[in-house]
Amino acid sequence: MTGRKKLKISWGWFYTYFFMILLVIFTALPIVYMTATSLKPLDELFLYPPRYLVRRPTLKNFAELMTTLDSQVVPFTRYLFNSIFTTAATVAGTVAVCCLGAYAVEKVRMPGNKLIFNLVVAGLMFSPPAAQIPIYMAVSKLGMINSYWSLIIPGMAAPMYFFLVKQFAAQIPDSMIESARIDGAGEFRIFASIAMPMLKSVWSTVIVFSFIANWNNSSGSIIYITNQSMKTLPYALSTISDGGIARAGAAAAAAVLTTFPTIIVYLLMQARVLNTMAYAGIKG
Amino acid sequence: MKTAINRRIHAPRLSALSFRMLRYKRWLEGYIMVMPFLLLFAVFVVIPVIWGLVLSVTHYNIVQPMRFAGLSNYAELITNDDLFLTAFRNTVKFAIIAGPVGFMSSFLFAWVINQLKFRNLFSLAFYAPSIVSGTAMSVIWLYLFSSDRYGMVNNLLLRLGFIRDPLLWTMDPQLIMPLIILITLWMSLGTGFLTNLAGLSNVNLELYEAGAIDGIRNKFQELWYITYPQLKPQLLFNAIMSTVASLNVYEIAVSVAGFPSPDYSAHTIVAHMYDYGFIRFELGYASSIAFLLFLMTFLLGRLFMKLFSSKDEI
Repeated sequence: MTGRKKLKISWGWFYTYFFMILLVIFTALPIVYMTATSLKPLDELFLYPPRYLVRRPTLKNFAELMTTLDSQVVPFTRYLFNSIFTTAATVAGTVAVCCLGAYAVEKVRMPGNKLIFNLVVAGLMFSPPAAQIPIYMAVSKLGMINSYWSLIIPGMAAPMYFFLVKQFAAQIPDSMIESARIDGAGEFRIFASIAMPMLKSVWSTVIVFSFIANWNNSSGSIIYITNQSMKTLPYALSTISDGGIARAGAAAAAAVLTTFPTIIVYLLMQARVLNTMAYAGIKG
Repeated sequence: MKTAINRRIHAPRLSALSFRMLRYKRWLEGYIMVMPFLLLFAVFVVIPVIWGLVLSVTHYNIVQPMRFAGLSNYAELITNDDLFLTAFRNTVKFAIIAGPVGFMSSFLFAWVINQLKFRNLFSLAFYAPSIVSGTAMSVIWLYLFSSDRYGMVNNLLLRLGFIRDPLLWTMDPQLIMPLIILITLWMSLGTGFLTNLAGLSNVNLELYEAGAIDGIRNKFQELWYITYPQLKPQLLFNAIMSTVASLNVYEIAVSVAGFPSPDYSAHTIVAHMYDYGFIRFELGYASSIAFLLFLMTFLLGRLFMKLFSSKDEI
């Protein structure tokens, strides 16, 4: 790749860079606007004509979010805790379940492994919102309504993550696993001490995707949870933004608090994510 | 074969019987390993699909016992439910624009960015919109496209003299769908973009050199004859993902236009299903909507598998 990445100075490349930078600015506009709004003092929020950027930045909106809204029935920090707890649990569970299963299907190759994988590929076309009613019935039959479990367990059954790990695991050389078997290691040992370290990129990717999906998921706490004190951040966000323009600053601050963790998690893992997605193809 | 030979060298005294026992033990461990996923997959994916199909041929409202309905739900849906047809039209309108445009631009941008310097920086900038929460961003979009003079976009258009009165972005049935498509495109380059970018960086560079010798002259021929075939598996993955996402459009539509939307201009299939399932509690009817949607997704998925098949290639 190095040869192709040299900066070529010609008009064609100049226009390409120019165009791409414009696009980047365009795609960044809403995020910048969100950040700017969260830093605006009250009078700037009501300014006419409205201003895109902030003139006198203040952290008042964040303080208001934490204190004023704190006096309400359910404090903002409680939503924050709910989100962090359920997301962490879902991500940990997803990684464990998908890695174990995908390793077995790809490397242990017990009879039926092809069938399992084909089911998973078909499952890629499955969308949870469309099956919300029967999923709700399953969650309710399992007695998980109004408990944190309802926000954790259903999110763990994601065919996409299983698929990613399985595709990536194909590049672990069989000879390595064979020789460990000859040395008498059981499959669980091999999984923990050989496979997991080699699958680092892919499980990092699963962490990123599953973190983003669950952190941003608002439907779970709307559908399964009626107890206000167990709802999560995206739900809180929608109630704050219903407060109209007077709450615009607080809503933007909440949006910033919701958004930034996901960007940071992605930034930490970017290289590994790109490494994984190269193996995401389906040779259908 | 090779493994069997290896085994004999290292452990010559293993009898055929204990050899088989070892294999059974390994398979058993494999089944134990895959069991948690299979269980979850069965309970939250396979059974819901089957259960949804069963529900779709009944009348069921939770309170009264279930009654068998045959295909009457489907018949009602297709022949008698005007609102479903509206939802269907809206969804198709959305999917036909947002799906292909998103799919192609995620490929195009990945292709361009892969050749630029600061590749990682560019990819972060393009991927960031997809990682931010839809709910969080809808707050921002609603301020940007607010229907009064305070809205950033209205204000800009007024000052530039394109319009005389503020546009009613989230209230005018004519403008709602384009706005939803715009926001979706902005938010959904996402996974597709990453898959393409990663796939592109793995294309064997020797292929380009060989291509140059074989008479490929410009970047676009290179794209068509070398890059595209190499990227087919990634494109298939993306096509399936964007089909699923665009046919299931709901969350953005509701957060932009509300529910019900003005004149049902943002009423989608999933919105229709939620209406019957979670507001009217006609679960049988709602399930028939869900199953039709699943069927559409599945058939389109199969079609793409044919279209981007790379089985017959090296």
